[in-house]
Amino acid sequence: MTLPTVGLTTLDDRRAPGGPSWRQGGAVWGRWRERELGSLPVLVALGALGLVFQAFNGNFLSSDNLVNLTMQSAVTGVITLGVVLVLLVGQIDLSVGAVSGLAAAVVAVGFVQEGWPLVGAVLLAVAIGAVVGAGYGWLFTRLGVPSFVITLAGLLVCVGLQVRVLGSTGSINLPYESWLVRFAQQTFLEPAVSYLLVAVVVAVYAVSRLVERHRREVAELTAASLSAVALRVGLLAVILLVPTWYLNTNRGVGAMVVLFLALVAGTDLLLRRTRWGRSVRAVGSNVGSARRAGFPVRRVYISVFMACASLAALGGVLSAGRLAAANQGTGGSDTNLTAIAAAVIGGTSLFGGRGNAWSAVLGALVIHSISSGLTLLNLDSSIRYMVTGVVLALAVTIDAVSRRTRPLPPR
Amino acid sequence: MNDAPVISLRGVSHSFGAVRALIDVDLDVHSREVVAVVGDNGAGKSTLVAVLAGVLVPDAGEVVVEGRETELRSPGVARQLGIATVFQDLALCEDLDVVENLFLGQELRRGPALDEVAMEQEAWRLLSQLAARVPSLRVPVATLSGGQRQAVAVARALLGEPRVLVLDEPTAALGVTQTAEVLNLVERVRDRGYGVVLVSHNMTDVQAVADRVVVLRRGRLNGDFDANVGSYEDIIAAITGATPVVRRPERTRGETS
Repeated sequence: MTLPTVGLTTLDDRRAPGGPSWRQGGAVWGRWRERELGSLPVLVALGALGLVFQAFNGNFLSSDNLVNLTMQSAVTGVITLGVVLVLLVGQIDLSVGAVSGLAAAVVAVGFVQEGWPLVGAVLLAVAIGAVVGAGYGWLFTRLGVPSFVITLAGLLVCVGLQVRVLGSTGSINLPYESWLVRFAQQTFLEPAVSYLLVAVVVAVYAVSRLVERHRREVAELTAASLSAVALRVGLLAVILLVPTWYLNTNRGVGAMVVLFLALVAGTDLLLRRTRWGRSVRAVGSNVGSARRAGFPVRRVYISVFMACASLAALGGVLSAGRLAAANQGTGGSDTNLTAIAAAVIGGTSLFGGRGNAWSAVLGALVIHSISSGLTLLNLDSSIRYMVTGVVLALAVTIDAVSRRTRPLPPR
Repeated sequence: MNDAPVISLRGVSHSFGAVRALIDVDLDVHSREVVAVVGDNGAGKSTLVAVLAGVLVPDAGEVVVEGRETELRSPGVARQLGIATVFQDLALCEDLDVVENLFLGQELRRGPALDEVAMEQEAWRLLSQLAARVPSLRVPVATLSGGQRQAVAVARALLGEPRVLVLDEPTAALGVTQTAEVLNLVERVRDRGYGVVLVSHNMTDVQAVADRVVVLRRGRLNGDFDANVGSYEDIIAAITGATPVVRRPERTRGETS
């Protein structure tokens, strides 16, 4: 039973300029025109940082330094990825650093002192992270304790556990020949393998875009033009190929970096293409609406807290591998705040609902660019903290202002 | 409208602590009928909406859907039974786009992944049936006007062919033109065969579209008028409590149950 559609202009509006994303046939750069800045500020910041540091010290953009930078960013980035998820539902986990330190301690003690198989120790460490996250989720959803208090308490508990697990020695070295240390320190992709991987990723992307374009055309929806698809695919190829080539002039692309990027890409797909991802964004945007829409809000919160703490634990394991040691300082001092700052700097909103997995990559790169650049300039950590603080304040300000200046409804 | 009611509430009561929000309320909704629920502030209108939407499980009373007694335990159950609710705050997610909001909680899937193409296609169909205008389906709902959001919320409620549409104060936040649009929308929805429960403060709106007017006062039913017969004064009197309970003779409780 259809109605006479009086005043129906919607069909023409399908081609309204500016609105739809490029996949719906909108401009390739469409989104950036409507105050949805997205990743633009952080990309600009990253470029500016690179140029400034390069001007002061010619080693900054050297392939050797950039290889180190990518390896450092991968460790922080894994932890940041979890923080991005928690921020997306509008909550916070202040204990990611402590959880990563606890995980590192568990791996070191289990493998070196207790003689467990390394795989078992790693899996146990990540499982402990998941249990901690489940505890946060339970406390938050059942008892309604604010997440920053729960996780602050969790931070203290995890730091205490870390010290207890490490025992009197306080520091345990991992053997260099263990696969974890080799994976985190010395495993780089063969150049041929890295180019093959890039080719596969670009091909998969191109095919998926063309399939989507075809389906949209069959469904009589506006679809991206072939040239827009080609432009996007070309852009992706350049974004992947140039760094790969440059890193390959030195040691190459670290296996840990590939693992990190794979985790981010997987999380991105989950967030954008599955019901779970939709529920995460809905809960972060408006939890009351999400509940009334029938989403299992409690389960969403618990799953996100679990994912965050598990990723934090994985990050701790990787950092133990990278440093070939776990001690009382692992995951301490600035790990926590660096990971959280990276998520916000990368463009994930502190207010929930807005952000994406890739902000973990961008944010971690910015944080470690600052740290690496200032180290090259022989400036000590005091300056590094202050600069990172200012950048974080800037990122949060951009977030808050873009939320405020967003066109509000006339109601 | 002589068929059996699509949904009946029988003796529904609910208390918030010492406050008795609903006391022994009966309500019948037929298809192709707009039932307006009116009442003063605190009369129990919002509680009634919450019960119908499955947000609130009442302390006592029964809900009969298509002749079968059921319990509306959750918003999901209410939806499955064909009761779709448009909340006063619309229950949209501002950061999500129009298609995402339309299918919120009822996403179409293709294997494990969401089927964006099918959802977008269906979104166009729904919105054009309502003759609703939105600038684009892929902009965040935060960028839409109040009337456009209302249209999105109503379109979402109509997704999956419900039997009854519950609208809570749909025009409270709207201007004159937008109000007219929403009232047109209500009539179109009724003409498509749905039962509509319109909860409103606004007597002008009620008189414009309602077929039947039910008055709540202090949690109790205080009048049931045929909109074509009951006068404005009678309804106002029932709302304010200036007259005793008035019931339409042909729809007393004995007959319908």
